[in-house]
Formats: sequence, structure tokens, C-alpha cells
Amino acid sequence: MTETAERTDHHIDVKEFHPRVHAAIHNPKIRKNFRSAMDGLMSKRRNAFEGWDLETLRDLGANIRLKALANLPDLLEQLEQKLTENGVKVHWAVDGDEACRIVRDICKARNAKTVIKGKSMVSEEMELNHYLEGEGIEALESDLGEYIVQLADETPSHIIMPAIHKNTGEISELMHEKTGTDLSNDVEYLTASARQQLREKFMNADVGVSGVNFAVAETGTLCLVENEGNGRMTTTVPKCHIAVTGIEKVVPSMEDVSALLALLTRSATGQHITTYFNMISGPRKAEELDGPEEVHLVLVDNGRSSIYQDDELLDTLRCIRCGACMNHCPVYTRVGGHAYGTTYPGPIGKILMPHLIGLDEGRHLPSASSLCGACGEVCPVKIPIPDLLVRLRQESVDGDKLHPAKVRGHGAKRSSMEAMIWKGWAWMHASPGIYRFGTGVASKFRALQPSKAGAWTDYRTAPKLAAKTLHQRMKERGQ
Amino acid sequence: MVDPIKVYPSKPSKVYFYGTCLVDMFYPDAGIAGVELLEREGIEVLFPHNQTCCGQPAYTSGYHDEARSVARAQLDLFPEDWPIVVPSGSCGGMMRKHYPDLFKDTTEEVKAAEIAGRVWELTDFLLNVCHVKLEDLGEPTTVAMHTSCSARREMGVAEVGPKLLGQLKNVNLVEQARPEECCGFGGTFAVRHPEISGAMVSEKVDTLVDAGAKHFVTTDCGCLMNIDGYAEKNQKPVRGEHILSFLWARTRGEGNRGDGKKGGQES
Repeated sequence: MTETAERTDHHIDVKEFHPRVHAAIHNPKIRKNFRSAMDGLMSKRRNAFEGWDLETLRDLGANIRLKALANLPDLLEQLEQKLTENGVKVHWAVDGDEACRIVRDICKARNAKTVIKGKSMVSEEMELNHYLEGEGIEALESDLGEYIVQLADETPSHIIMPAIHKNTGEISELMHEKTGTDLSNDVEYLTASARQQLREKFMNADVGVSGVNFAVAETGTLCLVENEGNGRMTTTVPKCHIAVTGIEKVVPSMEDVSALLALLTRSATGQHITTYFNMISGPRKAEELDGPEEVHLVLVDNGRSSIYQDDELLDTLRCIRCGACMNHCPVYTRVGGHAYGTTYPGPIGKILMPHLIGLDEGRHLPSASSLCGACGEVCPVKIPIPDLLVRLRQESVDGDKLHPAKVRGHGAKRSSMEAMIWKGWAWMHASPGIYRFGTGVASKFRALQPSKAGAWTDYRTAPKLAAKTLHQRMKERGQ
Repeated sequence: MVDPIKVYPSKPSKVYFYGTCLVDMFYPDAGIAGVELLEREGIEVLFPHNQTCCGQPAYTSGYHDEARSVARAQLDLFPEDWPIVVPSGSCGGMMRKHYPDLFKDTTEEVKAAEIAGRVWELTDFLLNVCHVKLEDLGEPTTVAMHTSCSARREMGVAEVGPKLLGQLKNVNLVEQARPEECCGFGGTFAVRHPEISGAMVSEKVDTLVDAGAKHFVTTDCGCLMNIDGYAEKNQKPVRGEHILSFLWARTRGEGNRGDGKKGGQES
């Protein structure tokens, strides 16, 4: 019970979306930081794919992920078997809480007091740091962005670049206040200071926790993509390494990794390859000089297997977490990652989070999109994000008798008032005679049209009715 | 998963004209301009008077039962196999891309898919089916083009507008920054999330003004009423018009306008 109370305390109310949006929209720093960062990332991605047959590559990426998902249960069994053969202990967690308990038990068994962490969004999903803290275990983030976010007692605002909401000046002030570094706009200096502090922690940490980008079933290999070397340190220096990942990250073979990796790094940061690409195949062998004594993999479900039950929603699980959808999202660019109030922000967050927290809690997420389609256009594995948003909108209002809603918390956004308005709208537009009469009358009395039209006219003039409708004009033309 | 490949038909002798509800009530001049442009290419235009709305507002709001009942009323409007041309990428996208999904597992499934395959965005149809050659009779002017997201990404016609405008010898087409970014309309999104939509449209207008365009044209009335309405309310020095109104006015010879003096709203 205490545990639940603590965690609720830490939770952000996802439903309070509009106040957070209001604050973000009116925060010039947020607007500027995100606009310039996203502009940079979009152009880097464009350049990185220059000369590539991107559509063919995206088809390949989508097919690899579809094939992997089609065989997910078998691949997971194969992965467990291979990893076990390699000496990796595999654990299964039905939700974030269970995953936290598994990590805690491994730590307690080793009498571990300190954990060093590589970047892992699944651990954010689990709220692992907070949990371990409550258990008397210190968890320190070693990815520079995550380190900054942890210093500020915040959550990541982007899945690839967790501290993208802060500019150099803000980071300098934060580090000065929390760690005593000098105030400086020199990125090299700030990075070196963080590095120095982290080095010591690496040497003393009892356990390293990392994420996984691809888990290869055929060979039992855990692939980890990173730029700072902290991932390699996390997975090799401490005596025990615990990898945590969602069950959807498995792919059949090494061959599949090359295409996905090419797509991932270019889509995410516009890099042809990251500085580090780690392939972890087990604990230190007798003849090896370094590496952990123990390696664990925690496979986290947390709502994923219920997504897996639906042929359309299943596409959500194709995601390889590159973040390109948020980089290209005009909504994310305006409000930033924290406004969403969810672990995963932006377009992927809007289609994934409702399954993790329920569509009642996440009721505003699917509607916060103009359905412009930029996300679907850049997705390296061709997730039809706009179609999934429409599906979730339907689920959130129970709007389709032919296809009854099934996502947990569905129908929470349905209001009898709005339902009645759409019913009336449908009646008028499904009756051509009534429609022509109604629009004709509106045109005739257009002088009476109010100049205010709700939220629309807060920003724009009201659209003006024409003197005659197209129907009337065509009739006059004899057509 | 792979978008269906677009195969243009040969130029027909007749087409069905699906005007859309926004053109019907707010921008009928754009509709008439579209009809005139088609007729000048020697095509007979059939206007089914029982047309109302494609159903998109309810569809994107999640009210699929209501969307289906309105869309169903449109399925009987096109009995012959003539192409269906639509002066909007958004409504065109609804019919071409989403009707098959909306009617899946219903008795209208086959009919809806057949109709979807005949739907064309009007400027795309003019350029790639009629192979229109436009003769510019207007005064020199500078315009920018805003292609709607659905015209760009659902109907795949991003190249079309600039190509048509490129045929007009006295029209200087300038490109605003981030031309592919959404203007913030998004149907009911604009009123459900007014602050986000407002931030998006204000930046869109800024980029148009910065590009040096006093006039912009667009494929879609939703974007038009959003961008033009923002510019009007905030007294920004740029006004908009539907691309069909502009193309017709530039090429019809008598009393043409298309000089940027007239705003997007019509009499």
C-alpha cells in the first residue's frame, strides 16, 4: 500500500493536458528550444538519407518488424532459450511494478547499494529510479541527457534526447547549483565535468542497468545503440548487468539488425552510425579479462500483449524508438515533451500511452493532433500513426457499433452533448433535401451570422457564408 | 501497407463534381472556377444535387457510426463509371483513402472501394489527366502556395500546385519556410486544441509574410479559412484564395483578378 501511495504521489495527472499546453505555448524558452532543436533534427535526418532509396528501406524496415511481430511468441521463447544457453538469466514482468521488483531482488541478492544506468525508456516507464530510491538503492543516470534530467528532478522530454528542452545556459546553471561546476557556456567543459563525476560512480556501482534496442532471437544477443560510451561502461564495468526491455524488441536474426540500425540512427539523429554499438551475448567467460559476472534480461509486458491481440493496434509495436515522429510533429514542436505528461511524448506516445495507462487517463492524447500525417511519413517502419490516432479517437468515444471499442478505459471521452450534436449533424447531412434547405436558409440570412464562433474566433475571423451555395449556383447554371 | 499506385485514367468526356460542404457554403466561387476549368478542357461536368458532405468531420472525431451514415448517402451519387473530381485534398483523401476502411465488413464494402478508386483531387486531375496548358492573362504578381497535408500526404499531389502555377508566366511563385508543415487547421482539432492550433497558424502566416508573398493559394478550404482568417483578424499583410479561383481568374481573360487584391472570402 505504501508503495502504491508513493508512486501515485510521483504521478503526473495526464488528464490535465490543457493547462500544461497553455503553460508551454506561452513559455518562449520552451518554444525556442524545441523549434530550433526540431528544425536541426529534421534537416540532419534529411541529409542522412540523401542518396538512399528511403521508401524501399522503410518497406524493408516495416517488413522486418511485421515478420518479427507475427512470430513474437516463438521468437521470445527462442530468445529466452539462447540467452539462457549464453548464461543470461531471463525474467518476465507483467507490468512495471513487477519489473521493478525483479530488479530490486537482483540488487538485494547481491547486497547492491548503487546502480548506474544507461539510457532506457522502459525503465522510465517502470519509474525504476523512484522505486529503487524507496528501497534504499541509489540509481544514477549516466547518459548525459538523462543525468541532466535527473539533476533537475524532471522526466525526459524526448525519447532520444531527454534534456532537449534545456539550452546550454539552463544546463550550466543547473550543474552549477547541483554539482558546483563553474557557470559556463562551453559545452566541452560541462560535458567534461559530468564525465568526471560519472567516472567515479561507474567504478563504484554494484549494478549496471541498461535498455535494449534489438534483442536477437537466433543468437541471443542484446544490441544497444549509444553515443557516449556510457552504455558500454554500464554493461561492462559493474559486476552485474541488468537489461530491461519491452517484449516487442525481439527480431529474428542479426541480418535484420543491419537494416533496422541503418534506419534507426539516421531517423533519430541523422547519424550514419552511432559512436558505440554494443552486442551483449552473455556474462564474462572464464578466459575473459573483463565484463560482468552476471547478466539479466527483464522482459516487460506492461500492456503490450493486449495491444498484440488486435490486428490494427498491433502496428504500434513495430516502433524502434527513433523519435523521428516527434521531431517532425508540429504539435510536439509547439508544446514540447513534458506537456503530454506521459513517459513517451509526441505521436508515438499518443498511440502507445493509452494502452499503458488506459484510454480514460489518456483521453486527450489521441485528439491532440491535426492528423497532418508528418509522423507516418517519416516513420522508418511505416507505422500508420494517423490511422491509429483515428482508431483511438473512435475508442475514446465508443463511436463505432460495427467495431466495438476494446482498449482499456474506452468511452471515457464520450459526452452525451457531443454525441447528440453529431447525431443531429449526421441526420442533416444524410438527408440531401434537408441539407439543401438548411444551407440555403443559412446563406439567405447570412447577415445574421455571428462574428464569434467559440475558440475558432479567438485566433481567426469567422468564415463568412456565401450569398448563394454552390448547389444554388449550379442549379442556376442548369447543371 | 504500401500505398496503392496511382494510375491516371485517360481523359474522359464526363466527370462527377463533388463540391464538398465547405466550398458549398463558404467558397462556391472556387467550386465554379473548378467547373469552368474542367469545361474549358472539353469535359462535361455532372453535379449530383444530392451531395452533402463526405463525412470526414465525424470520422476524424471518432464518431464513425455518424460518419458512415453520411458517407453512405454519398455512395449512390455516382452510378456511371466517370471519375469523381473533388476541389479538396482533404475530402478527396477521406473518400479515396478512408471510405474503404469505413465500409469494411459492411454490404457497401465493394461499392465504397470502387468509388474510392475513382476519386481525384481536382488540380491533380487538371494537370495529369487533362494535361492542361494554362495561358496567363494576368498582371505580374507574387504568390506562395500552401498545399494541405491531406493533399500532400493522402492524395500525393504536392508537386501539382507548383507545376500549375509554374505555367503562369506572370506569376512569381515564392516558397515559404517549412512549406510541408501543417497550418494547424486539422478540422475539429482547431477548436479542441485552440492554443496549439493558434500557435501553428501564427507561425504559418509569419513564414508566408517572410517569404514576401502578399497572396497565397491553397488546395483546401479548411487551410484557407484558417490561414486567411488568422491573417485577417491579426491584420497580417497576406491574404489567401483557393488555387482554383486563382487559376481561373488568371486565365479566363475578361476582368480577371488574381492580382492579390481580393481576399479569400467571397461575395
